[in-house]
Amino acid sequence: MRFMMLVIPKGYETAQPNQAPDAAAVAKMMKYNEDLSKAGVLLSLDGLKPPSAGVRVSFSAGKPKVTDGPFAEAKECVGGYWMIQVKSKEEAIEWAKRAPMGDNEIIEVRQVQEMEDFPADVQAAAAGFEELQGRK
Amino acid sequence: MDSPDISKTIDAVWKIESPKLIAALARMTRDVGLAEDLAQDALVSALEQWPKDGVPRNPGAWLMAIAKRRGIDHFRRNKLVDHKHEQVGYEMQARQEDAAPDFDAALDDDVGDDLLRLIFTACHPVLSTEARVTLTLKLLAGLTTEEIARAFLSTETTIQQRIVRAKRTLADKKIAYEVPSGPELNVRLGSVLEVIYLIFNEGYSATAGDDWMRPALCEDAQRLGRVLAGLAPNEPEVHGLLALMEIQASRSTARIGPKGEPILLLDQDRRRWNQLLIQRGLSALARAERLRAARGPYTVQAAIAACHARARQADQTDWQRIASLYDELATIMPSPIVELNRSVAYGMAFGPEKGLEIVEPLLGNPVLSEYPYLPGVRADLLFKLKRFDEAKAEFLKAAELTKNASQRALLLEKANSCQSA
Repeated sequence: MRFMMLVIPKGYETAQPNQAPDAAAVAKMMKYNEDLSKAGVLLSLDGLKPPSAGVRVSFSAGKPKVTDGPFAEAKECVGGYWMIQVKSKEEAIEWAKRAPMGDNEIIEVRQVQEMEDFPADVQAAAAGFEELQGRK
Repeated sequence: MDSPDISKTIDAVWKIESPKLIAALARMTRDVGLAEDLAQDALVSALEQWPKDGVPRNPGAWLMAIAKRRGIDHFRRNKLVDHKHEQVGYEMQARQEDAAPDFDAALDDDVGDDLLRLIFTACHPVLSTEARVTLTLKLLAGLTTEEIARAFLSTETTIQQRIVRAKRTLADKKIAYEVPSGPELNVRLGSVLEVIYLIFNEGYSATAGDDWMRPALCEDAQRLGRVLAGLAPNEPEVHGLLALMEIQASRSTARIGPKGEPILLLDQDRRRWNQLLIQRGLSALARAERLRAARGPYTVQAAIAACHARARQADQTDWQRIASLYDELATIMPSPIVELNRSVAYGMAFGPEKGLEIVEPLLGNPVLSEYPYLPGVRADLLFKLKRFDEAKAEFLKAAELTKNASQRALLLEKANSCQSA
């Protein structure tokens, strides 16, 4: 089963658009990434630029509205993710517990929805979904 | 709110930690059987203590500390006069003291070589194939005896006995705990790759009604393949096997129909193939080919699988390339099954006569006498040549040989279509 571990770094919601990560923290994180890889559980990973470099498109009365970051109302913002393949939810949690995070930082562990979990009509409506994944 | 079940947490920690634990203990004790016993002792302690005290902050180091303590007790209790054992006991004690401030480093940093030694030992050719498979799942994939029994439709007692016997064989034959070198390396690596691919295929052959432990074997094998690729990054065939497994696994949801019936490669809805696994497979293949221009058997098979993976529709398949890859495979790993597959590729690339030329010499081959695909492939080629009577006879023969009910129905249907054609 696949899980996504979403990283919510402390203060990322107010980070500067070009804020470079700390080299020592990156080195620690690389060690963790390598541990995931060596254990054969890592499928993919990415980091995201701070929300201040992004926008939110919100919808109201059928109209999209674009707001530049940072987002005053946001308390937590995703900073990146790991996609892992493990034997159980508990194993995903164990891996999350090992991440080199600081105080008040969060990793949210979410299972990936598999097509087989859906009823037949939803599967039919989603035909072609897998084809769209992984295309670059 | 449901709190996570502690026994499931312990199980998860075990899956992550036990291979490293056993690998490091086997180096210290020079005895894989004893190493596994000590690790099991540590697991028993965890099952007693963690539900009361909670999971320790560094569970791997905790388990290692307990296992080492048990190991030292074991050697003291036996009051061994044998010099070697004395030395091992001393070494463990020394390590215990040295490592006390930082078990974590001791476990993590030099465990790679130990893991590689453990893989080569569990897959040692002195063991029977099924013993190698069982030991690999137990020692390196962290599966319990019960899980292995369920996956192989066997009983726990049988699996338990197989493990005991395998450990005894390793001890009796004084199998050194080491990574082989020189010319021996290739043979031994071949055995390791064979075991991992057997585990994968066991999972891949699971059918709809099976216990979920069976298809899960595919993921166990992929995981072992990825671990091995990290431990032996310069071995092209390791990446070749990983590529083959990732690409095959990418089709796992597309190859079974809604009623559990198998769907053949060319009939699969390719939109359902998992593109992430395909990408991973293609990059592992590229790595294998970069490491050595002359492809080994797993790399060639991965290259064939990659041809299918790259074709967005079945009719876009590059059959000429597949035919030439089968020529390559037939040279380095000749077998009647490879010939049969080669005939299919030739039939698609150069026309049914060319396919038939390769099939004909296989008739009467004892290896294929019960193999439904031989008459099945021949029937398809004859059908395309409009030799309907012969095609019909071959479809019927294939239907008689297959053990799969839905496949039989399909073959009978094709036999009937010969009549009307």
